Amino acid sequence: MSHHPALAHHFEDLEQQHESATLGMWAFLITEVMFFGGLFTAYAVYRWRYPEAWLEGSHELDIGLGALNTAILIGSSLTVVLSIHAAQRGESRKIVRWLLATIGLGLAFLVVKAIEYSHKFHVGHVPGPNFASGDFVHTETQLYFGLYFAMTGMHAVHMVIGIGLFAVLLGMAMRRRFTPEHHSWLEMCGLYWHFVDIVWIFLFPLLYLLGRNQ
Amino acid sequence: MSADTKRAAAPEPNYITANYGIKSWLLTTDHKRIGLLYLISISVFFFIGGAFAVLIRMELLTPEGDLVDSETYNKLFTQHGLIMIFFFLVPSIPAVLGNFLLPIMLGAKDLAFPRINLLSWYVYTVGGLVTLYATATGGVDTGWTFYTPYSSTYANTQVMYTAVGVFITGFSSILTGLNFIVTTHKMRAPGLTWFRLPLFVWAQYATSLIMVLGTPVLAITILLVALERGLGIGIFDPKLGGDPLLFQHLFWFYSHPAVYIMILPGMGVISEVISCFARKRVFGYGFIAFSSLAIAVLGFLVWGHHMFTSGQSVYAGLVFSFLTMVVAIPSAVKVFNWIATLYKGSISFETPMLYALGFIGLFTIGGLTGIFLGTLALDVHVHDTYFVVAHFHYVMVGGMVMAYLAGIHFWWPKITGRMYPETIAKFAAVVIFIGFNLTFFPQFLLGYVGMPRRYHAYPEEFQVLNVMSTAGASILGIGYLIPMGYLVWSLWWGKVAAANPWRAKGLEWEVPSPPPTFNFDQTPVVTEEAYAYAADDSFVETEAAKPPTYPSDPKVGADS
Amino acid sequence: MSENHVVPLSLHLKVFAALIVLTGLTVLVAFADFGRMNDVVAITIAVTKASLVVLYFMHVRWSGKLVWVFAAAGFLWLGILLSITFADVVSRDWIPELPM
Repeated sequence: MSHHPALAHHFEDLEQQHESATLGMWAFLITEVMFFGGLFTAYAVYRWRYPEAWLEGSHELDIGLGALNTAILIGSSLTVVLSIHAAQRGESRKIVRWLLATIGLGLAFLVVKAIEYSHKFHVGHVPGPNFASGDFVHTETQLYFGLYFAMTGMHAVHMVIGIGLFAVLLGMAMRRRFTPEHHSWLEMCGLYWHFVDIVWIFLFPLLYLLGRNQ
Repeated sequence: MSADTKRAAAPEPNYITANYGIKSWLLTTDHKRIGLLYLISISVFFFIGGAFAVLIRMELLTPEGDLVDSETYNKLFTQHGLIMIFFFLVPSIPAVLGNFLLPIMLGAKDLAFPRINLLSWYVYTVGGLVTLYATATGGVDTGWTFYTPYSSTYANTQVMYTAVGVFITGFSSILTGLNFIVTTHKMRAPGLTWFRLPLFVWAQYATSLIMVLGTPVLAITILLVALERGLGIGIFDPKLGGDPLLFQHLFWFYSHPAVYIMILPGMGVISEVISCFARKRVFGYGFIAFSSLAIAVLGFLVWGHHMFTSGQSVYAGLVFSFLTMVVAIPSAVKVFNWIATLYKGSISFETPMLYALGFIGLFTIGGLTGIFLGTLALDVHVHDTYFVVAHFHYVMVGGMVMAYLAGIHFWWPKITGRMYPETIAKFAAVVIFIGFNLTFFPQFLLGYVGMPRRYHAYPEEFQVLNVMSTAGASILGIGYLIPMGYLVWSLWWGKVAAANPWRAKGLEWEVPSPPPTFNFDQTPVVTEEAYAYAADDSFVETEAAKPPTYPSDPKVGADS
Repeated sequence: MSENHVVPLSLHLKVFAALIVLTGLTVLVAFADFGRMNDVVAITIAVTKASLVVLYFMHVRWSGKLVWVFAAAGFLWLGILLSITFADVVSRDWIPELPM
């Protein structure tokens, strides 16, 4: 029996190995959906109860920066897809290029996020004992900011992990570890990254946009 | 080619003798060795959790709070609950027996992700050590439920470390569940269709679904409590308009299904044991298989029955009460099918069978009292009394621990290659059964006449029943020490086990005891349904072990 | 069905363009007043965008049934969590306090 170097001993063939990895990644993404799901549930319950506080809170966010970050993340999803496309066609140098682009866009997202966070620290809109509650009519607005930081914070943690994963992949790509037949790692990290993108696709309208017409 | 003749010539290395040294265990990716690592870890936690139970029962011997003060008592029952639930019951059967058996039962060389499997044990260990650190530096007094706002604002104990410990350990159960799901889907041997799978596998699969779907919600909930305590980001803080009931919803969304994480694998063990020692195919295979999935799904719809007296909407309470009745159906389906399996079987009473029969009776009591508690009006009367404590322990200790012991005894020869001593094991099973009932049956009565849970002192009229309960706990405690003793003894002095000492059906009995590192020399091909016991195949008539048979067809490749 | 299905580059770019256009659209309609329908519009656009990512970027459109089931399961269970929690939250105040 000829063994592909990437085939683990307990699998029969590469196809079984790849299908297992894909399924495992999807099962992991289910856990991620439920993990963020708890936060979305808290958001929905409090928004239903305290609509005015939510209006007050959402008007404090910068839609321009939020939209910019949305575009950046969608762009990074595209570059991930392009790196897999390159791997399927065996174009090693393009894999490296698109991975670098992905890491760059991910870092850009975090920089924008840091600008937003530092502004909130500056004006005292970070929940806790130093919260500038005098700025707001409703006490529940602090709940809004609590959830804003919890949700975007957990999202940012996932971004950091994703960037770390892509840095590892970049190293692998530079050592030409990805072939048209076998680039499972690339695909799995891609799935993860797209999921992080999807979370933001929901966070953007929920936190930034709803209620801006009033 | 018979493994027996081969062994006679030169003993083939098995998974234990394959290599030696502490490193070969701590860095292993062999699912069987990881199962043993888990066995050692959860045994340690079982005895730590048990020690807290001993202290609780000693305090309750007298009506006065004379052994410990009320604050210490709060810590005792919290630590007991936390350690037993998160560090023993949840991982017990899946992580020990599931890890060991699932790949073999599927005809696979290992789980789909062996390194993630090892990672799950390390994650469990780290979470456990953090929790033990919290225990050693003062412990926690919130109850295992961490209810807010007490846990987030008022408690002056080690809530933070404990929360972090439980948070970390949650990931070990997510990783185990994920591994089992993928392995069951993708690594079945040729011919092993879904309806030829042992019911143990179905149960593990259903358990894994709950682990994957529920545990992350617990993780984020506990994380929010930690954020509130550590950084003052109040999500559940009533001062800011936060809703403590939201915490309870999120908590019970995991923690109610979690009781099915704790009982479903036990049900899987019982199906295997009953069918083997009744020498009969399980009655209603499809019903038992699908009832596992039904429990996993319906279990997610009933969590509000923990909140009947919390201020939750009464309309929601009505719906939760109704749905709770519905989830009783698949559990009852299982019990009826086990009983039908016993009917006209040629039953023999080996130790695993004693535990299994004990399970059926005790689980039935535990399950039926669950119906009482799920009834909205009655629950208002018995909520937060010893009735709940008794119900829970009938299901978890009378159910899960019995099933765990049944499984440990049943597969001990396979795991270790040694037989446990049968006579003393039967004696221990009887001691445990008696001790258990004496401990917990009086608690039903105590609860019904109004003794609340979580108090260290009580009115004098409750003392007789409490003394009975403590006496039972002493018997139960000794009962648990006996298997600990003779199982360790058997590792050196037990009779060497044959490949199939019970003449049971199933792929795990076709490999040597203990199995070689990669389980199968050639991928087996399955040609028959599970539990194909012949009608006249009485266990007591023969004691010869069937030599392992491997198919001559070397065709490999996974079946869908 | 093949996992090594190569999606043409032009399709990726079209999906990307659609996502950017939808992002712009959701910002624009956020300032229009549809009353309570604003929430519905915003969520619908977000779900559309997420579906595009799942189906095309995450390759689910060309994947087997099992992946479809797994991809759906997370959202289905999130639906259970949300809907049952809301069953309580919405109806909690339906009965007025009885005068003592």
